[in-house]
Amino acid sequence: MKDFVIPPADWTRDMGTPESRSDIAVTLTIDGMAVTVPAGTSVMRAAAEAGVTVPKLCATDNMAAFGSCRLCVVAIDGMRGTPASCTTPVAEGMVVHTQTDEIARIRRGVMELYISDHPLDCLTCAANGDCELQDMAGAVGLREVRFEPGKNHFQRRENGETNPEWRAKDQSNPYFTFDPAKCIVCSRCVRACEEVQGTFALTIEGRGFDSRVSAGIASDSFLSSDCVSCGACVQACPTATLIENSVIEIGTPERIVKTTCAYCGVGCSFDAHMRGETVVKMVPSKDGKANRGHSCVKGRFAWGYATHAERILHPMVRDHFTDPWRVVSWDEAIGFAARRLRETQEKHGRDSVGVITSSRCTNEETYLVQKLARAVFGNNNTDTCARVCHSPTGYGLKTTFGTSAGTHDFDSVEETDLALVIGANPTEGHPVFGSRLRRRLREGAGLIVIDPRHIDLLDTAHRNDALHLPLLPGTNVAVLTAMAHVIAAEGLYDEAFIRKRCDWDEFLAYREFLLDPRHSPEAVERASQVPADLIRRAARAYAGAPRASIYYGLGVTEHSQGSTTVMAIANLAMMTGNIGKPGTGVNPLRGQNNVQGSCDMGSFPHEYPGYRHVTDPETRAIYERAWGVPLSDEPGLRIPNMFDAATAGTFRGLYCQGEDVLQSDPDTSHVQKALASLDILIVHDLFLNETSNYAHVFLPGSSFLEKDGTFTNAERRINMVRRAMAPLNGHEDWQITVMLANAMGAGWDYGHPSQIMDEIAMTTPSFAGVSYDLLDREGSVQWPCNEKAPLGTPVMHIDGFVRGKGKFVHTEYVATDERSGPRFPLLLTTGRTLTQYNVGAQTRRTDNTVWHAEDLLEIHPSDAENRGIASGDYVRVASRAGDTTLRARVTDRVAPGVVYTTFHHPNTQANVVTTDNSDWATNCPEFKVTAVQVSPSNGPSEWQEQYRAHAELSRRIMPAAE
Amino acid sequence: MTLAANTPTAPNSLPVSALDADALDRLNAILARHAGREGPLLPILHDVQAEFGLIPEAAQPIIGNALGMSPAEVYGVVSFYHDFREHPAGRHVLRLCRAEACQSMGADALAAQVQAALGLGWHQTTTDGRLTLEPVFCLGLCACGPAAQMGDRLVGRATPERVVALAGGAR
Repeated sequence: MKDFVIPPADWTRDMGTPESRSDIAVTLTIDGMAVTVPAGTSVMRAAAEAGVTVPKLCATDNMAAFGSCRLCVVAIDGMRGTPASCTTPVAEGMVVHTQTDEIARIRRGVMELYISDHPLDCLTCAANGDCELQDMAGAVGLREVRFEPGKNHFQRRENGETNPEWRAKDQSNPYFTFDPAKCIVCSRCVRACEEVQGTFALTIEGRGFDSRVSAGIASDSFLSSDCVSCGACVQACPTATLIENSVIEIGTPERIVKTTCAYCGVGCSFDAHMRGETVVKMVPSKDGKANRGHSCVKGRFAWGYATHAERILHPMVRDHFTDPWRVVSWDEAIGFAARRLRETQEKHGRDSVGVITSSRCTNEETYLVQKLARAVFGNNNTDTCARVCHSPTGYGLKTTFGTSAGTHDFDSVEETDLALVIGANPTEGHPVFGSRLRRRLREGAGLIVIDPRHIDLLDTAHRNDALHLPLLPGTNVAVLTAMAHVIAAEGLYDEAFIRKRCDWDEFLAYREFLLDPRHSPEAVERASQVPADLIRRAARAYAGAPRASIYYGLGVTEHSQGSTTVMAIANLAMMTGNIGKPGTGVNPLRGQNNVQGSCDMGSFPHEYPGYRHVTDPETRAIYERAWGVPLSDEPGLRIPNMFDAATAGTFRGLYCQGEDVLQSDPDTSHVQKALASLDILIVHDLFLNETSNYAHVFLPGSSFLEKDGTFTNAERRINMVRRAMAPLNGHEDWQITVMLANAMGAGWDYGHPSQIMDEIAMTTPSFAGVSYDLLDREGSVQWPCNEKAPLGTPVMHIDGFVRGKGKFVHTEYVATDERSGPRFPLLLTTGRTLTQYNVGAQTRRTDNTVWHAEDLLEIHPSDAENRGIASGDYVRVASRAGDTTLRARVTDRVAPGVVYTTFHHPNTQANVVTTDNSDWATNCPEFKVTAVQVSPSNGPSEWQEQYRAHAELSRRIMPAAE
Repeated sequence: MTLAANTPTAPNSLPVSALDADALDRLNAILARHAGREGPLLPILHDVQAEFGLIPEAAQPIIGNALGMSPAEVYGVVSFYHDFREHPAGRHVLRLCRAEACQSMGADALAAQVQAALGLGWHQTTTDGRLTLEPVFCLGLCACGPAAQMGDRLVGRATPERVVALAGGAR
């Protein structure tokens, strides 16, 4: 017999109900087999543990038992009737029979009723071969349906008349279809939306025979409801009622490739379901340790960009960026690039060229690109986009704790009693983590949000207490220091922890600093506009929670005092003892899939892989031996320095892999000038991005589905990326870098990315134990992974800080130079939306645009009224750096005096407005504060017009010669 | 449970446009009356129906936001109870019991005769907005079926004449 269902590996088995975490063991007998399980386990799950599959429809193991389908009934000795095995907990000595004549009869009766109101179109149904209803009909031995066709939900027409119970398919969501005719009202989708995703967008309307799944309220469709298209309901549906459009179009998959999502820093594990080289669907892995079987709209559905028509598949070159592109062979493109780089170095010196590594490519690819700069170019001119996002995290946490990374794994959120979220918008930027946090908030954990905007997390349904500190952009340090002031003044600090883990005298000095009246909530209220009372309540709540955790994002780092804010956060955690145990910690939410990895891999101009300084002779010796070339001990140029040097004429060549600096970096006009003055700009990307408008060589990249490698997520977890299809451009990205290096005489000889990882492990102590064998075996590991921690380190700083004693750094608030005044009275801050990602190069090329087709400027009703602006109007946003035009959305999500936008669309280019201010320690740009004026407008700004004309001109491709 | 962070006002751009300012004030007054109460959704819905004669769809997200619930959850509850109305009823509501005990005492025949006499089907309202006819499933009067209810008044051993007379007498 043929079976289209992919044979389940162990982890795909549905155990029916969630795991119980009790440490009390209970032994019972199921079908004559003794089985021991934790107390609180359901009989259904215990049976599954014993290898017995009890038929079921409404139960699945990622949500609480519901007991509605009545298919899982069993007989239990001494118990009356036939209890549902999903809702019956095990008891010591219980004797269970999962199949008796009576049970068989009941199940067949139940199944007969289900099938009497279900279309029998299995052969043409999209779920054919992957349908639990079909499987259960088989399992219970259903052979006939005795009921005459009567009132039903599935026949469009009855006796020539329209069936009033029939409802049309809801195809409003671009990625999945809801067909009510196939619904068995098991509520799995509703419960998945509530328990797994936490959006509560679905409900059952009506009752009895009228019960139906409804998205939102009566007049809503899936698209207009609160649905965020995470796909949890589609995954939960046992029939074809909710099913991916790609499955409807293609059919069932034939193999699974386990890989890692290439969007945000959560690093969700995914199963790529393939048919040939076509992706049928991406389904979050149940055994994924970061996402635990959940996903968001980007990873689950927005992968169509990988085969988008605009993807460039052939290398191209041109002499000058105003020429049209010429499509050439790989040899010619690589030769052209290598020759120009060498010529530039000969003419302008060894240090006149550099690289920018990508936070989206794999660790192995990033390692090779920085190695290219150090070993082949012979300088340390390597930097990465972490410069513009989380470099202050690296600096701040290294200074205070000793490691440039978050302290905890995502699982830790399940044990936190209070989450302090600063400058992050997890439900949009890091949605899967957002859902996990929301679940904990529903279980009773407290929430404090420090953010200029009212973020969605505050609207979590059924959450516990929450405080929102709506501070003015740029005053993070003041508010956090005031919280520390309250903790110090009221003696809420954890003296035992500080004495044991930090330097007590140093803390006393810090306490003295804190107690100065300039750090009091009243003093800070004036600068931050946060009521003193709220600061006090937040401080007491944070210090009072048994396990309090801090999660933060770019709203912390992308400021002139980004590094200071990170250290203020670390101080709060140390002084309250919230470090080293589950449920606590300081956790940066990383923006891109591999921004942690790109930092780990030595992308910075002053650090080798593993954060070791280039001036450290021992480390340099390791690499000189491994690479067989002498290395420079002089730190290279950071991205902003590269641009400055380019404008000054001393920096002339750049290899930029998988990053769109023109769109993502601040002060676009300045970046434009810098890029235009380069002699050789090599862009290595999937698409002709904005940066490539100034490029001389375009090397087409490969998507994450087309290569092997690893990504490291925000919790230091090294996840495998596996090749699901051959690269459409012909080469994996690491191979392209190898070709370029070898064309410049490097003589690199890598056959597979695993060899690159072996080199990384050999030369980097925190990666010493990492190998592809280990990753294949364990699924993933969190660094440090070495002799001391052979399986990695989920929670860091358990018994002591990596640097020894935790360090308290005094965090003086210094107001940014960027402040509002008469000319620019509003403060602009920027962020992300759920459905778009970063510069949008990927998500704009998917159906995600139905949710966010353009960037909007959020403005408070009072500011809007003063300026005569209504929602939907075009407005001009001007700063001292530049101006752009976009549409307004009037909302009280932002406070008066603050405006907000996203930066996903190049025709808006929010970064034309942002300035060149940056973090004092790391040069991370101050994206989050720009003084602006907003005024009504009726068209694109002059800059937008010019840029559009230039982009059109520079994207011309000459037809290939006949 | 604190439902709004810091402020009681709804921060979202909810589809309040369907409710005018006056209706919004009346709704907020109801919500304020039930603030802090445990399990307040059903009492709020009853008050809303008493105030508006129906549960306005646009009110559902606002009620949800005030209670820390999603609009869908509120809709699930509203749609579960047949007494919560999508459209306003007439000034008077006549209910005829259709449950098993009354059926065994001739409720179906009663219903057919009443419907014919009044010219109304189930859930219909007279054109002058005076009377609405609703089915009901058990009024708790099983011992003296068939049962009916005219406004607040219960009728046991109902006959078509009596019911039609009662319905006709209501102005």
